Amino acid sequence: MTAGTVTPYRPGQQTGRDGFAQLLRAEWTKFRTVRGWVIGLVVAVLVMLGLGLFAAVGTSSSCQSTSGESGGPARSGQGCSTASAPPVGPGGEAVSDSFYFVRQPLSGNGSITVRVTSLTGLIPSRNGAGTGTQPGLVPWAKAGIIIKASTQPGSAYAAMMVTADHGVRMQDNFTGDTAGQPGTVTESDPRWLRLTRSGDTITGYDSADALHWAQVGTVHLTGLPLTVQAGLFAASPAYIAVTQGLGGGQNGIIAPSQDTAVFDHVSRSGTWPAGTWTGDYIGADYGSGIGGYHQAGGRFTVTGSGDIAPVVPGQAGGEDLTVTTFLVGTFAGLIAVIVVAAMFITVEYRRGLIRTTLIVSPRRGRVLAAKAIVIGSVAFVAGLVAAAAAVIFGTQLARGRVYVFPVSWLTELRIVVGTAALVAVAAVLALAVGTMLRRSAAAVTIVIVVIVLPYLLGVVSVLPASAADWVLRITPAAAFAVQQAIPQYSQVTALYSPGGSGGGYFPLAPWAGFAVLCGWAAIAVALALVLLRRRDV
Amino acid sequence: MRLPVPANTVPTDTVSANTRAAPRRHPFGLAEALHAEWTKTRTTASTGWLLLAAIALTVAVGAAAAAGTSCPSGVVCQVDPAKVSLTGIDLGQAVVAMVAVLAISNEYSTGMIRITLSAMPRRTVVLAAKAAVLSGLVLAAGTIAVLGSVLAGRLILSGHGFTPAHGYELLSLDSPTVLRAAAGSVLYLALVALLSLGVATAVRDSAVAIGIVLGLLYLFPIVANVVGNAHWHRHLEQIGPMTAGLAIQATTDLTSLPISPWAGLGVLAAWAAAALLAGGLVLRLRDA
Repeated sequence: MTAGTVTPYRPGQQTGRDGFAQLLRAEWTKFRTVRGWVIGLVVAVLVMLGLGLFAAVGTSSSCQSTSGESGGPARSGQGCSTASAPPVGPGGEAVSDSFYFVRQPLSGNGSITVRVTSLTGLIPSRNGAGTGTQPGLVPWAKAGIIIKASTQPGSAYAAMMVTADHGVRMQDNFTGDTAGQPGTVTESDPRWLRLTRSGDTITGYDSADALHWAQVGTVHLTGLPLTVQAGLFAASPAYIAVTQGLGGGQNGIIAPSQDTAVFDHVSRSGTWPAGTWTGDYIGADYGSGIGGYHQAGGRFTVTGSGDIAPVVPGQAGGEDLTVTTFLVGTFAGLIAVIVVAAMFITVEYRRGLIRTTLIVSPRRGRVLAAKAIVIGSVAFVAGLVAAAAAVIFGTQLARGRVYVFPVSWLTELRIVVGTAALVAVAAVLALAVGTMLRRSAAAVTIVIVVIVLPYLLGVVSVLPASAADWVLRITPAAAFAVQQAIPQYSQVTALYSPGGSGGGYFPLAPWAGFAVLCGWAAIAVALALVLLRRRDV
Repeated sequence: MRLPVPANTVPTDTVSANTRAAPRRHPFGLAEALHAEWTKTRTTASTGWLLLAAIALTVAVGAAAAAGTSCPSGVVCQVDPAKVSLTGIDLGQAVVAMVAVLAISNEYSTGMIRITLSAMPRRTVVLAAKAAVLSGLVLAAGTIAVLGSVLAGRLILSGHGFTPAHGYELLSLDSPTVLRAAAGSVLYLALVALLSLGVATAVRDSAVAIGIVLGLLYLFPIVANVVGNAHWHRHLEQIGPMTAGLAIQATTDLTSLPISPWAGLGVLAAWAAAALLAGGLVLRLRDA
């Protein structure tokens, strides 16, 4: 009789897998039956969602805020935001597609070759109110040849161009960017550019002397129509002067600029049915609309402004935002989760339950692992629910009030899952610190301070940009990079800053930043393990 | 045989004499409460270490912020030397909050609160005594931390070219605005301590209390930074205990502040008063 009751217990302890499953179940039961912890997690989800939606509503419009008097209530900005919504490129991203285009239709396969002999321009003069202009170029002022599916802004294209500071480039579909010959173009050191179309494939070449050609790149523009628009273009992105802001991040002066390129030796092959050149400004609604061209003999002088490139948040001046904004509640949710996770272990010490736990399961590492898995999973689910809801409902709330940058579903998935993972790893970190210190107040303070305070110091405070970069690179706060919505493009000059309504640009790449937090958590867990094994309970 | 007799007679007499005499002479007055709280605080090792840590961290972060601040020559940077030097308060306040939370929640977690309230049944007096002892300690530690930060900031910033020769005033307590920033920061820490004490009295559990306090402090600036509407942004900064309270640290560009320095400290004081009121009410109405 007695043997009958004892024997079923032994196999459970001896076989490792069963033992661990039981341990997990025990920890899960501990978590589930403490009402305060469950409430804490519900609170985490609610504040995460609530603050996100608050931010979505609160961003509604400062359209007229430049005048200094933003008197009107939040609703005043409905009209002005939709007018400036940028076109969408073939990849689904918001783009700027405004430039001066001297074009002819090209039917079927063919090619165009030109020589560029100069690239000059005008930028705003630095003194005074910025009304005047002075000669000069912005780094990404560009001019060259382009083959484009249509004159519709946002349509597919491939282009070979000379730039002010970045040499010859081949760019396609707004995000593609390949470097060709370096150096600036001058009368004595001209550049030859060639684009060849063969079906959907466009190949770009450059040369210094028209004898030795080098292939810069090949791109496939899917769905390119039979007849495309091809010709010369000039574009010059807005001039941005960044003043090192101390106390409010970076401040930028944004003003239009323009550039002028001189082309000659224009030669074409293939079928060009029109026979004459047409010059017009593409996408003038969004750009500044400066442009024109002059043809004398074989020589074309083309002036343009605007840019053919992705648009990034903050470039247009803050009437736009990304889904990152809706996740501002992550900070509040994190605090609640950290409190619960730290208490998950410290309460055992305070109540003495840890002795029972370790008597039942003497292998201490497994206890910590079970605890970490339970609290990590619970925090992950809470973070996932809250982040997904915040992104979905926040986008719906904000749309129509302000421009919300489109992002691909993959990016959205990365942001939501990444946020949930961030919450989960923070919970494990809190558990580990709690195990080390055994005191909830100290553990909670330390974990909140190492995750939230660096973000605050790096984004909102008085630290200069270089110091802030450094802080956001090495502290656990680097993990918020996982919420970055729009990539940082090397071919777009903008104020890439971590803060603000649409930024979310961190010094590290999304998953690299997340890895920093994981590294800290791993160190903490290792230390906790060592201390848990060595110390008496 | 020999032992029990003296042991029974002598101590019993003195103990009974003491217990009888003391409560009659001073029926749980504020002075006794203060003395009791001071003894409890004094004999808890962690308080001293935490206050030391608060001082060290405040000065260290302030010095690091000053060391990270530089200005390319030929450009006039809008640097507020006092604010940069006192950046450490952002971190120091977390430790101060912890000291304040532990002052009450430790009593709950060890059950000491029952003894305290049996000895001194007037609960508001107990809370007042705790608040007074805590404020005194934090004011003392805060003064050291702020003086250290200002000194470090002065030395480091002048080494980085922020000297009168380049058009920057040397950080000095002679200047009324710098004095305001320094004294205000000390008061800020004391008010954060009172806010934390109030919250901790209301919720009792140290982890929950510190979570609430740090959330109240840190969330306002983060959310305000994301909210694009200038109106809302300003309002959030005006009502946040940290954003409003730290307005006291500004010495330059005062017109761009969301709230004037002393009014900002007043907002924090209102938060602290509300928290203490809530804590006091809960303490009176609830069983210990």
